[in-house]
Amino acid sequence: MTTLPTSTEKKLGLAIDLDTCVGCHACVVNCKEWNTSNYGVPLSDEDAYGAEPHGSFLNRVHTFEAQPSGGGCSQTIHFPKSCLHCDDAPCVTVCPTGASYKRTEDGIVLVNENDCMGCGLCAWACPYGARELDALAGVMKKCTLCVDRIYNENLPEEDRVPACVRTCPAGARHFGDFADPNSNVSKLVAERGGIDLMPEMGTAPVNKYLPPRPKDVPSDAALNGENKEPKGFLAWLDKALEAI
Amino acid sequence: MHPAPSVIFFTAFSGLGFGLLAWLGLGLPTVTGWTAFFMYLLGYGMAVGGLVSSVFHLGNKKNAVKAFSQWRSSWLSREGIMAVITLLTLAPYAFGQVFLDTTLRPLGLLGALFAMVTVFTTSMIYTQLKTVPRWNTPLTPILFLLFSIGGGGLFAGQVHAAAAFLVVLGVVQVLAWMQGDAKGATGDSTLETATGLGRIGKTRLLEPPHSGQNYLLKEMAYTVGRKHAVKLRAVALICAVLLPVIMILLLPNGHALAVPLIALHILGLLAARWLFFAEAAHVVRLYYGK
Repeated sequence: MTTLPTSTEKKLGLAIDLDTCVGCHACVVNCKEWNTSNYGVPLSDEDAYGAEPHGSFLNRVHTFEAQPSGGGCSQTIHFPKSCLHCDDAPCVTVCPTGASYKRTEDGIVLVNENDCMGCGLCAWACPYGARELDALAGVMKKCTLCVDRIYNENLPEEDRVPACVRTCPAGARHFGDFADPNSNVSKLVAERGGIDLMPEMGTAPVNKYLPPRPKDVPSDAALNGENKEPKGFLAWLDKALEAI
Repeated sequence: MHPAPSVIFFTAFSGLGFGLLAWLGLGLPTVTGWTAFFMYLLGYGMAVGGLVSSVFHLGNKKNAVKAFSQWRSSWLSREGIMAVITLLTLAPYAFGQVFLDTTLRPLGLLGALFAMVTVFTTSMIYTQLKTVPRWNTPLTPILFLLFSIGGGGLFAGQVHAAAAFLVVLGVVQVLAWMQGDAKGATGDSTLETATGLGRIGKTRLLEPPHSGQNYLLKEMAYTVGRKHAVKLRAVALICAVLLPVIMILLLPNGHALAVPLIALHILGLLAARWLFFAEAAHVVRLYYGK
């Protein structure tokens, strides 16, 4: 049923630290690797070795530049973007077939590919570009929060986190339960003032972004011009060289 | 948004079909026998043909039948159900008129009402999307309904009533274009709200996440023919509204008039519907610096 649960027991999601992300795209690659071979149909590529390769990805890293309004150096921000597992997920309610749903137990938004007819309306309803229709399979693909890893007792315990989190070499991605105020992610959000993307859309995203801390203002202790007039040995050398 | 021909044809012709069926349901005109047969053939043909064409843009057609299941939450599901209910309600009414020379008045009125509800549900599929500011307005359902009633009226030969609806349609269409232009492509959303980086300052895209195309860019950050938008708006308005109304008022009514009248209107309707998709912008384009 594509009505949304009034509340979920847990709110599993990601806190993404924009100060720490180095834009290496390792999360993109590991996400693709895990999700092309596990839950649902593979994430297809077209023209993979040709001039214009393109394909389905569940996580993509954009890079933005913000110019501080008070002057100073611009900041470069690497910005990983995947499904935010919104509490008020518009992608779920628009689904005509019942393929899209939000889980009551942990709040993960999933697509049941056996029911999806590939109309694409959910991708239209999502402000974040989190859903991509697979060109070969014709069904909607989206982040599953690695639902097939996080509860998977066949994996070593340290691997029971989403593939993107497991692979991040910088530790920019944090996985946890936002419904628990004492969870690692809730604490990070409280500490760093975690934010929602496009709050004006009213989607109430579960995933939060930890904004970059303000950068140091460039010091005005610049080199002065005192060394322009050499003294002593350097003055002699200067004259001697000019005389040559 | 990508103006997929299947969706343009679907919304345009199912709208005209249900519009014509609504007029017939109202008994305007009350027809029987062969005239009724051809009228209903046209009405059902356009309505069903439009619905069938909408199936062509599905990625996984075998699950299309499941689209009837989520009427509690989904406008797309409601549309499918209302379309079927309307067609079934009007079937005995049409059968009575064609074969039995009988007009089951209450059934016709109910069918006419359902036909309009169907067109409304179609329009709500687009209207509900906050992500597409140009569509997210009460003017969208009004426009869809006016196109359906006005165009359907031309098919039903109720040209003077249709002309009145077309005049209102022209006004609402111009208002919708003006409102859409005033909102700006992405409405209240900016790259600053999309990334939350507005707290630092003005933000721009430094590097896109991928060098090639993807589904999002092809489907939702589609830009085509915007440079001809003004010309196409003129074509839409002149063909769908202006010329038909002038012809209805100045030329003698009759079957000879109907063909050019309807052809012109459809041309204008298709231009307007193409613009409806091509001019609409989705907020996801912000993440791509567009």
